Amino acid sequence: MKREPPRRLADYGPIAFPALLLLVFFVVPFGTMIAVSFFRRQQGGFYTPDFVFANYERFLSAFFGHVLGLSLLLAVVVALCAVAMAFPFTYLLSRQSRRVQTGWLIALLSVLSLSEVIIGFAWSTLLSRTAGITQVLAALGLMAEPAALFPGYGAVLTGMVYQALPYAILVLYPALVRLDPTLLEAARTLGASPLRAFFDVIVPALRSAIVATLIMVFVFALGSYLLPQILGRPQHWTLSVLITDQAIYQSNMPFAAAMAVFLVLMSLALVGLTLLAGRRRGS
Amino acid sequence: MSGLELRGLRKRFGPITVVDDVQLNVPHGSFVCLLGPSGCGKTTLLRMIAGLEDPSEGAIVLDGEDITAQPTHRRNFGMVFQSLALFPHLSVGQNITYPLRIRGAPRDEQRRRACELLKLVQLPGFEDRSIDQLSGGQRQRVAIARALALKPRLFLLDEPLSALDAKLREAMQLELRQLQQQLGITTIVVTHDQREAMTMADLVVVMGGGRIRQAAPPVEIYRRPADAFVADFIGSTNLLPLQADGRGGASAFGQPLHEIRVPAGSNGAVLSIRPEDVQLTAAHEGMLQGRVSFVRDLGATVETFVDVAGQRIVAVSTPRARTLLRPGDAVGVRLPAESCVVLPP
Amino acid sequence: MRALQRLLFCVVGMFLAAPLVIVAGVSINEKQTLAFPPRGFSLAWYAEIFTSAEWRSALFASLGLAASSAALAVAIALPLAWFMWRRFAPWANAVRLLGIAPFILPPVITALGFLSFWAATGFYGQPWTAVIGHAIFFVTLPLVTLTLGFDAIDRSLVEAAATLGADDRTVFRSIVLPLIGPYLVSGYAFAFVLSLNEYIVAYMTVGFTMETLPIKIFNALRYGYTPTMAAVSVFFVAIAALVFGLIARFGDLPRLLGALSKPR
Repeated sequence: MKREPPRRLADYGPIAFPALLLLVFFVVPFGTMIAVSFFRRQQGGFYTPDFVFANYERFLSAFFGHVLGLSLLLAVVVALCAVAMAFPFTYLLSRQSRRVQTGWLIALLSVLSLSEVIIGFAWSTLLSRTAGITQVLAALGLMAEPAALFPGYGAVLTGMVYQALPYAILVLYPALVRLDPTLLEAARTLGASPLRAFFDVIVPALRSAIVATLIMVFVFALGSYLLPQILGRPQHWTLSVLITDQAIYQSNMPFAAAMAVFLVLMSLALVGLTLLAGRRRGS
Repeated sequence: MSGLELRGLRKRFGPITVVDDVQLNVPHGSFVCLLGPSGCGKTTLLRMIAGLEDPSEGAIVLDGEDITAQPTHRRNFGMVFQSLALFPHLSVGQNITYPLRIRGAPRDEQRRRACELLKLVQLPGFEDRSIDQLSGGQRQRVAIARALALKPRLFLLDEPLSALDAKLREAMQLELRQLQQQLGITTIVVTHDQREAMTMADLVVVMGGGRIRQAAPPVEIYRRPADAFVADFIGSTNLLPLQADGRGGASAFGQPLHEIRVPAGSNGAVLSIRPEDVQLTAAHEGMLQGRVSFVRDLGATVETFVDVAGQRIVAVSTPRARTLLRPGDAVGVRLPAESCVVLPP
Repeated sequence: MRALQRLLFCVVGMFLAAPLVIVAGVSINEKQTLAFPPRGFSLAWYAEIFTSAEWRSALFASLGLAASSAALAVAIALPLAWFMWRRFAPWANAVRLLGIAPFILPPVITALGFLSFWAATGFYGQPWTAVIGHAIFFVTLPLVTLTLGFDAIDRSLVEAAATLGADDRTVFRSIVLPLIGPYLVSGYAFAFVLSLNEYIVAYMTVGFTMETLPIKIFNALRYGYTPTMAAVSVFFVAIAALVFGLIARFGDLPRLLGALSKPR
């Protein structure tokens, strides 16, 4: 039972099936998509194998640049908001008793099962003029009269943060629940108030977990397709919406593929920059 | 039954040699302790015997049969791990009968054997308990019972008592010894506690830096350590540098030691003498002259620290055997020849 | 300080629950309207899930897709996780990366990739392509839980079993499987629940031939307002709560999600 490198051919058996499937059904489709992005589009929705940059050039126009910028910015804001909410919450959760934790975990996992459509619909109602929280606020006298908060940028933001929040909490959970409680105690014996100790000790100790969660939510938000459509106006539509639009409704696969590849490259670059910056600061 | 033979065993992890040229004969039915500081290679040696590590060189021979290439699950050596490694998803009884169960032994035989073994380790009736309900000492016994289930050819234990508190540890040392003698099974125990080794073992194997420094019965290890490492590791000792005079005699601190014989040409040799053998006399009557620097009364014994030409010598005695000395007193030191051991440089 | 903590929990709790309240409220509308607060009271829409042929077929399509794709995801993740734990093979990390990649890429990318692939190979629209698509897309989940599970296995248990006479296969059967069982179940449960609600990959690959529940809900939102879609959502949340509640009842849910074992 020694943990050594595989020796006989049969030893490679277990990994053959997963590797094969992932290769055929992930690498190949992904590769196909990259290839298609260089194809030439023809009228009527077909495309011929070719190698042109036309699709990428079209993409580098002002309009799409604007949409790309918007998508990236939105994803960043969603990530920051989600993690800012999730981190203190998860920290407090991890200090509770096991039973309380289990209860909340079941609740979070159940909320995960709400599909994006329903989330969009529910928030569209919550932020509407006739039946939403503005009614409550107006009744309480905090607002002059109920107003429609949707469709709008804020609505999209709220919906996406809502969708990302359970994921952020569940990703931060293992790191926070394993945190050494004596770290905080040590800080307090040294004179830091609980709030101070939280920011001076806890947050830095979990920097890598926070960064990982930020990246995860960022990528997640970048791919959001339904919520911008349901909760926002066309000017709020993200790149993912446009990609799907081009692929299905405009029958322009090469262009859609080009945008998709660009999106992946952009997010990889941003993630890489974040990790690099973190490493530089940490060393 | 010729016992276990280790021939030229070596283990390398990359550039580091963890076990270096181990040669050892373990007679059948004996109780052996592998003793040494952490990192000396004793656990790796045990794991090689068990088959959990492959030797880089050398052979392991049991009763004349070379088992070096035999996989662990075929060796039938019962092993108790430092962490005990009790299966959390099985009950006490199921843990103990696991080796029988996977060999397809019939149910009633499994039950019978579990009962027998639990009685042997003094835990009768514990079959259906779950592991996390047991105390440290109880889990220890279950691990022992499980290792003995198949009447193994060798019984191997890796620091088995390190997790127990002092009192329980002492009790378990005696129990283990009694158990071993009752069953007559060849036993190898790894430990870093020299008291444990001296209490339980027929043969103590002191290891340092991957090599065997000395393999001998406990009393011989204590009285006749093979080198400075062993002398210092077992009990406490005074180590005094010797100057050989080239004719078989020796002196220390410039004063000749008439009764000490030193082999010719051994410059840099060291004299080892245990504190309880050092005799303190009136200042002019000793072989060496010194001054008392510190006296420590520990109740059962008195430790006296004497400064001889810049070197510290410790003498230990019972309070009644000596009039109480005080720091600053001049005193003579006598080193009886029969208690001195000359160690190679 | 305590009050502040309570407040935070309350706020987050309300935030998380608010949409659920809306959805539940809408689902009990008497007439076919998505009014909130609800007008009238009727549980008919819950029944509609099972009585209406359209909704029923969508329900079964989703359940079937979820069950089979989660099973396939586990079938891919288990040998991979086991291999990485059992053998020393740094190169296998590349395969693990492939297993994590589909999940961290924007779903629309994965969906698009599958679309072009199936279109190129001519299988576009076949229901089983969705099974493969979801399995690959969600393989990360059982992979992560199983890796956690394997990491939690104390290696000395495996060594002890070997000294007691167990060979590789016996060790796997009698020691490894029982210990990673809970992680297998939770990995399957995650993949199942997420597949039930996944929209875009399903839409892009089989959206025109097969209607899963999320697809149908989206269409219902656009074209025909009916509280049934709200009823379905409440139903799914209830199922998820039940499944995870059962896992919590029989296992250690915090540990499955990354906590350490309960202190003795």
